[in-house]
Amino acid sequence: MKFGVIVFPGSSGDLDLYHLIKDVLEAPVDYIWHEDTSVQGFDCLILPGGSSYGSYLRGGALARHSPVMAAVTAFAHRGGLVLGIADGFQVLTEAGLLPGALYTNAGGRFHCHSTTLRVENPDTPFTRNLHRNQLLSIPFAHGEGNYFVDPATLQQLEENGQIVFRYADERGQPSMEANPNGSVSNIAGVCNKTRNVLGMMPQPERAGEAVLGSTDGLAIFLSILKYWEGRQ
Amino acid sequence: MRPEDWRKLGLRDDEYDRIKEALGREPNHLELGMFSVMWSEHCSYKHSKAVLKTFPTTGPRVLQGPGENAGVVEIGDGLAVCFKIESHNHPSAVEPYQGAATGAGGIIRDIFTMGARPIALLNSLRFGPLTDERVRYLFAQVVAGIAGYGNRIGIPTVGGEIYFDPCYQGNPLVNAMCVGLLKTDQLRLGKATGIGNPVILAGARTGRDGMGGASFASVELSEETQAPDIQVGDPFTEKLLLEACLELIGRGDVEGIQDLGAAGLTCAVSEMASRGGTGMEIELAKVPCREEGMTPYEIMLSESQERMLLVVAPEKEAKVHAVFKRWGLTSATIGRVTEDGMLRIRMHGAVVAEIPARSLTEDAPVYHPEAKEPTYLKSTADLPLAAIAEPADYDSVLLKLLASPNLASKEWVWRQFDYLARTSTLVGPGSDAAVIRIRGTKKGLALTADCNSRYVYLDPYEGAKIAVAEAARNIVCSGGEPLAITDGLNFGSPEKPEIYWQFRQAVAGISEACRVLETPVTGGNVSFYNEANGEAIYPTPIIGMVGLLEDATQYCTPSFKAAGDLVVLLGETYDELGGSEYLALIHGRVQGKPPALDLAKEKALHRTVLAAIRQGLVRSAHDLSEGGLAVAVAECTFGNQLGAVVELARGDLRTDSLLFGESQSRVVLSLPPEKLPALQTLAAQEKVPLRVIGRTGGDRLQIFVDGNRSIDRSVAELHTAWQEGIPCHLP
Repeated sequence: MKFGVIVFPGSSGDLDLYHLIKDVLEAPVDYIWHEDTSVQGFDCLILPGGSSYGSYLRGGALARHSPVMAAVTAFAHRGGLVLGIADGFQVLTEAGLLPGALYTNAGGRFHCHSTTLRVENPDTPFTRNLHRNQLLSIPFAHGEGNYFVDPATLQQLEENGQIVFRYADERGQPSMEANPNGSVSNIAGVCNKTRNVLGMMPQPERAGEAVLGSTDGLAIFLSILKYWEGRQ
Repeated sequence: MRPEDWRKLGLRDDEYDRIKEALGREPNHLELGMFSVMWSEHCSYKHSKAVLKTFPTTGPRVLQGPGENAGVVEIGDGLAVCFKIESHNHPSAVEPYQGAATGAGGIIRDIFTMGARPIALLNSLRFGPLTDERVRYLFAQVVAGIAGYGNRIGIPTVGGEIYFDPCYQGNPLVNAMCVGLLKTDQLRLGKATGIGNPVILAGARTGRDGMGGASFASVELSEETQAPDIQVGDPFTEKLLLEACLELIGRGDVEGIQDLGAAGLTCAVSEMASRGGTGMEIELAKVPCREEGMTPYEIMLSESQERMLLVVAPEKEAKVHAVFKRWGLTSATIGRVTEDGMLRIRMHGAVVAEIPARSLTEDAPVYHPEAKEPTYLKSTADLPLAAIAEPADYDSVLLKLLASPNLASKEWVWRQFDYLARTSTLVGPGSDAAVIRIRGTKKGLALTADCNSRYVYLDPYEGAKIAVAEAARNIVCSGGEPLAITDGLNFGSPEKPEIYWQFRQAVAGISEACRVLETPVTGGNVSFYNEANGEAIYPTPIIGMVGLLEDATQYCTPSFKAAGDLVVLLGETYDELGGSEYLALIHGRVQGKPPALDLAKEKALHRTVLAAIRQGLVRSAHDLSEGGLAVAVAECTFGNQLGAVVELARGDLRTDSLLFGESQSRVVLSLPPEKLPALQTLAAQEKVPLRVIGRTGGDRLQIFVDGNRSIDRSVAELHTAWQEGIPCHLP
């Protein structure tokens, strides 16, 4: 299978994802330019972290109008795997591929630090190597990661198993103290109803090598590879 | 021209005569403007040039020393590190968010101009006390500005330092350092070569912002100072410009390249032509402008950010424009390189300025101002220790020191920086030095910025020496071999003999330390006129240092790692309280001489610590600086919440000197007991004093002096005091 990392003007996580997939996972990967109109030949698309269009207006608000997004949307509707990380998550919500919106962090400031994530749903292509309630140490770095949905949508997300990750404390509790940015119900990652599109604010590509302090992020990429093997 | 015309632009009468001589006639208004910005202190270094020549600038690894946009040192494997520090003090005093943001933007451009990919940012900040409301505003906004720019462009901010002192109340310091990585064969210089080559201006359009910024940076701040329109940073455009320029340089499409910073287009064309021994013809009607009707004066002096000037071969011209277009950037060919050494500026064909390029740069005035030892030194030098009462309660002194914003955790600041971008940060902010790996190699870099300006104030020569030594000690404690420095020299007005004396002494001190420690000066920045209402800041020569780890995984951090390890102190402690944080905070005195520094002993200490880390003997290393031994050991307990019992012998020292004195060339290590003999052998070879002072374990820090319990507190309590030191002043 082949990964495609989309490069929007202002993306910066693209370099790190490319490095992780190519050098650590030793899997095929290529960049996709934001002006491309086709994503043919790719099996999993990743929208990277960074500041597409400088995060001007709102994170993801401008990038979602990029020419490539029509192809990404069609790919997602056909059941293709799409992973949005941080800024990429914002693009996916702006594009309507994922429910909800990402507001400025509670407290108003950018934050960079390590977080503990609790796996809420291991039954997605992105989490099948994990088990329910497993804790992952994955860092985040953002200023607009405060996930919001209205109460009715929240209930639907719960019922459909669309909440994939929650911020938790060391004991695995999604407590107030463990919520770093004010997200509704401590939500750190959600998928669409058909579970082929995942968005998450923490950045798993930053937890992919022991030398960086955590390899917990690898499980997400390894899940994707395993899912793909199972489909063949 | 009337005298008020040039005086208004900050030019002296004799400088005006010099301009007439260079041109062989009277200058017109545009030419006068160009001279005024290029001959400003900020661009010409006219008061510092002669003294800066005394720096040691060469070494086996130096590929590019001072005089270019940034210095470059080789690190093997065909790679080199490019780095520089620069100040943005006055803009940050007026508009702290944009001032700090454009400071970061400017130094990032200096790095990718050289063909290097920026891989790390550091900053060195100085403010008045946090008890002041305006200081809190400046502090929060400067931090937000650095974060807003660095985070958006995807370059991690991995380290830095912050101090608070009343001397910075009206004139904060904002120095930003950027480090880049390049293949040695991709080094590009800011030279205009190849007669007839097209000159291309790329990036943001030129607007009316930041007019006269270089001149503004070259006067003291006062109530009456008229600030120019501060430039506004656009990290998004800079990110695109960075990628486009590195793509072009990587493909070999660029002959020469220079960013537009202070003095804008005037500076870029004159410096590139001057370095290349050439001239340039520029047509201003071709410059992409933000507004209609901009005059030649406005276009030549605008300091709009995120712009680059490139000289390319004629056959590459179309391709270069295509690359900028692909990245969504404006670019235009605005002129040609000529051979006559003249800058000929035209507007719709008509010559509007005609100046020999060199007269704006190399031939700018050089001054040798009068220097006089400051009178304050007579009253500060003497510190009668007998008059300083020893405290009754050392616990509370330690808690106060840990909570002092100068010593306290800076986490409130660095949590706002994306220090993990580029997935290469092995040791982030909050350690002695940051350590980043170089992907694709085994190597790593250790990075730090340091200066204790109180020491420099009390003895500019010794204080500046200490700044270099401490930077090197931080690099060494992190496992790096010190390679080279960049210096951010922040001083008051050089036209005051006492300030100029401080400057000369500090440069001499840096030079001596760099010679002995073998860390040449590869570049830097001088910021004079850091005064508010007639009062100068403490002389603040910030040392930005880069070190190399041949094996990046052999880094070391300050935190104790395992219970039962021995705690070892390397180096000697003296009755040295002069200039200490303890003396200032507890006794309210900024007095005495800074601690003595023997550079040969310092160097021996570095060899010992580096060998111990590389041989895997030690589990932690932490340099002793502000707050002395007690604060250093407390800091070692925080990372893993692992306590220690320390037993000290006082000898003939005062107890406060022993615990809180800041004697130089000391490091605290922890190691498994079985590794001690090997460490003792290393220390003995280098004649470095070594004492086993305690053992790690438990959840308390206990320090006994001659068997008496002087300090006994839980690690949690000390840690909380240290962590809350800054946030407790903020809403």
